[in-house]
Amino acid sequence: MENFTPYSALIGGALIGLAASLMLWLNGRVTGISGIVGDLLVPRESEVGWRVAFLAGLALGGVLLLPWAPQAFDPFPDRSTGALVAAGLIVGVGTRMGNGCTSGHGVCGIPRGSTRSIIATITFIFTGGLSVWLVNTFFGGVL
Amino acid sequence: MFALGLGISGMTMPGKVIGFLDVFGNWDPSLALVMLGAIGVHLLPSIWTLRLDSPVLDDRFHLSSLQTIDRRLVAGAALFGLGWGLAGFCPGPAVVAAGVLQPQAVVFLVAMVGGMASWEVVLRVRVGAPSRAGVLSEQTRGIPRRQEGAPGLSSAVAEEPLPLARWN
Repeated sequence: MENFTPYSALIGGALIGLAASLMLWLNGRVTGISGIVGDLLVPRESEVGWRVAFLAGLALGGVLLLPWAPQAFDPFPDRSTGALVAAGLIVGVGTRMGNGCTSGHGVCGIPRGSTRSIIATITFIFTGGLSVWLVNTFFGGVL
Repeated sequence: MFALGLGISGMTMPGKVIGFLDVFGNWDPSLALVMLGAIGVHLLPSIWTLRLDSPVLDDRFHLSSLQTIDRRLVAGAALFGLGWGLAGFCPGPAVVAAGVLQPQAVVFLVAMVGGMASWEVVLRVRVGAPSRAGVLSEQTRGIPRRQEGAPGLSSAVAEEPLPLARWN
């Protein structure tokens, strides 16, 4: 094990869970970021305002955090721009196809007891691990 | 709050994410605690909230009614995981980091939106309706249902999923 940071992980996770709880209680919605972003591409009038507000809040959160924890935004040297573009495209397609991502399926779907979310979460963690293994094995960890 | 959680937890750092997914290498299990912490906090409020008739600021919940575990779900999740392991970013952290114009996050986010748009275009061609992901059930208790959205969406709700193998 390297770089194990259990306390910040738990605290950060708790904040995520709390935010998700507030969203569900106040707005009746799931904080699945891929859905919040993706459904903006299929706009329905009542569905735009709150999405923009939430995403603006996400970005603002980053701005607020930057002076306190700039290392949270350090660039990662082992991935090229090309890899990021490819990955972004794949994530974009995959999250729409699979109706969710780590926040939607993992954080929100599992507590609802959604079998779809449980299956999805297991699947993407597995292929995530596979992806890292492939890059490590065939590209020495740098792509 | 969500963004602060992502930032503090390490989710905005591709190195942490890839370290978590690097199960057979230098494994950093930290992000498992992120998921556990998030689910741990969200579980009871989620159960409790969903017993209510409605959320506080809206007259109904907006939750997916999709139930079937089909090839599309598994394939989509599998693809998402591949991309996630490749970039070390998933949608939430990408937005947060793009908010401070972290260049890698911006590149990833633009590509991600491109990927999402591509899927919407493909889906539209295949089934002639908006993505089912945009179709949410109107889950109400004791509150009259009202149809919402563009014409054709309600038929999309009743529509069978894409003709893929499915198992329950």
